[in-house]
Amino acid sequence: MQTLFTILIDGLSYAAWLFIVALGLTLVFGVLKILNMAHGSFYALGAYAAASFVSWGASMKMAPAFSIVAMLLAAVAVAAILAPLTERGLMRFFYGRDEVLLVLVTYALFLILEDVTKLIWGANPYYVSEPYSLFGNIDIGSQTYVGYDFALVALAVIVGLAVWWGLNRTRHGKIVLAVIHSAEVAASMGINVSRVYMLAFTVGIFLAGIGGAFTAPMISVQPGVSVGVIIISFAVVIIGGLGSIEGAAIGALIVGLARSLAVHMAPVAELFSIYIVMALVLMFRPEGLFQRIQARKI
Amino acid sequence: MIGMLFTVVLVLAGLLMPKWLTFLVTMAAAQGLVSLGILLLMRGGVVSFGQGMVFALGGYAAALGYSRLGLTDALGLTLLGGVTAMLVAAPFAPMLARYRGIFFAMLTLALSMVIYGLLMKIELMGGSDGFNIGRPTLLGQTLSDARVGYVMYSLTIVTAGVMALLSRVYFDSTRGLLTVAVRDNELRVEYLGGSVRQAMMINFILAAFAGGMGGALVVMSLGHIDPNFSYWTTSGEFVFVAILAGWQSVLAVFLASTVLEVVRSFSSSYFPNTWQLALGLFLLFVIRFLTRGIGSLWIKENRR
Repeated sequence: MQTLFTILIDGLSYAAWLFIVALGLTLVFGVLKILNMAHGSFYALGAYAAASFVSWGASMKMAPAFSIVAMLLAAVAVAAILAPLTERGLMRFFYGRDEVLLVLVTYALFLILEDVTKLIWGANPYYVSEPYSLFGNIDIGSQTYVGYDFALVALAVIVGLAVWWGLNRTRHGKIVLAVIHSAEVAASMGINVSRVYMLAFTVGIFLAGIGGAFTAPMISVQPGVSVGVIIISFAVVIIGGLGSIEGAAIGALIVGLARSLAVHMAPVAELFSIYIVMALVLMFRPEGLFQRIQARKI
Repeated sequence: MIGMLFTVVLVLAGLLMPKWLTFLVTMAAAQGLVSLGILLLMRGGVVSFGQGMVFALGGYAAALGYSRLGLTDALGLTLLGGVTAMLVAAPFAPMLARYRGIFFAMLTLALSMVIYGLLMKIELMGGSDGFNIGRPTLLGQTLSDARVGYVMYSLTIVTAGVMALLSRVYFDSTRGLLTVAVRDNELRVEYLGGSVRQAMMINFILAAFAGGMGGALVVMSLGHIDPNFSYWTTSGEFVFVAILAGWQSVLAVFLASTVLEVVRSFSSSYFPNTWQLALGLFLLFVIRFLTRGIGSLWIKENRR
């Protein structure tokens, strides 16, 4: 029972940040039809930026609570600087090309960003420990859990609701939905599609950045974090169905729980438990759990 | 014909090449075999992002065959690698044949990562460090230090040449042409009585065979294997070579593979800290300005 609860909490906090990251990935895919392999790099950049901002805050003798603001600022900075740059400077030249070719474009972007990150921050690991203890510990039964894990889950819920609300309840969101449905028709109705693309891309990158910034306290930020994240968040959106918010949530939960189950019960299987789940889902639901079946085009 | 001539010329030229160049071309030709498999799939309109899997399978089969079974013949090990990769990939073929586009790419990627995870954990196979293998023999002859490089080079070139020839024959056969038709319009192929599923399955299995041989050849030249053979960035490079080559020409695959090797080795020696950056920029450049690959430089698109 006790272990079961631990598995649940571990899985939930893992699912929380995974959901945030995967949400960005699925949003970008939904709007721009690009499966962004560089998404993990933006996650890593978020984490690095958070490490820098938090340690800067600490050196300025800011209150510990400031680190939360610093992490948020890090995500904003990554999105505000890099998203328009990559979207306008790079991605827009490739719109309309084959999906798989677009994956390769983002793979190239991933390679580039990987080295850029190393050039800026070097190869040594960074640790951001301040925020992790900010929420104290919570005792449940005989076990002690770190408050930060719960805060992360709350953050994921807030982010998920905000994105859902933004898409379905605001004017801008409706415009984005129209573009998702058909960019051509939307353009002929007078919608500035390329601005919507940029907006969606920026929000997607922002979500990756937030995911990175807020997981920075739980990991050592070092080269290579981007690689692991991108593969796992791919698994999440593929399980949930590309371009679906509910799918990303369910997918993140499945992957998070599967992983923590594997970690606690059969550590050997940790690395590939996720892929087995993904392969199983795809065998029975080729388009993912939440994807509407599309009519076949002749 | 030209391909065979090219093979013979390359084998002879190998005698004059400096050591680093023979090694570079060996690697390029062996890895070109894996990309040849991707090309095969690409002709049917799908791209595998997990071809590192068959590469690793072939490599491990050859390495284990050498160290556990005592099989040392280079040619035998190459075939062993190809056949093993084919046998392991075959059961997955019916499942994968149902998918297209991104889903095919991601499923193959998942498969290769499962294999990667397995290889990392199996102590018998050296875990994450992998293991070394000794020097192979060829047709009963032991190879001396001086000759082993050149012999492996020749073997790789000849294997690649034979495979290139066979794939040309296959591409121009009924089934090979059917594959191109699948890329154009699946429904039409089905109406005409062809089996899309079967074509996809066979392509996947053949691709595995080519990839497995490539893996075995690389392992024998390198003398070392580790799970990174199956890692997704390795697969990414194979896809890159296939895209760079374009789907029309077989020769272009090996050319593209050589280009990648050259770019990689030059950029890693001239800008050691930013070679990924250089590779990425190069990749973007190719995709932007050479859309249909190197092959399109000398093969004109048929206008129909």
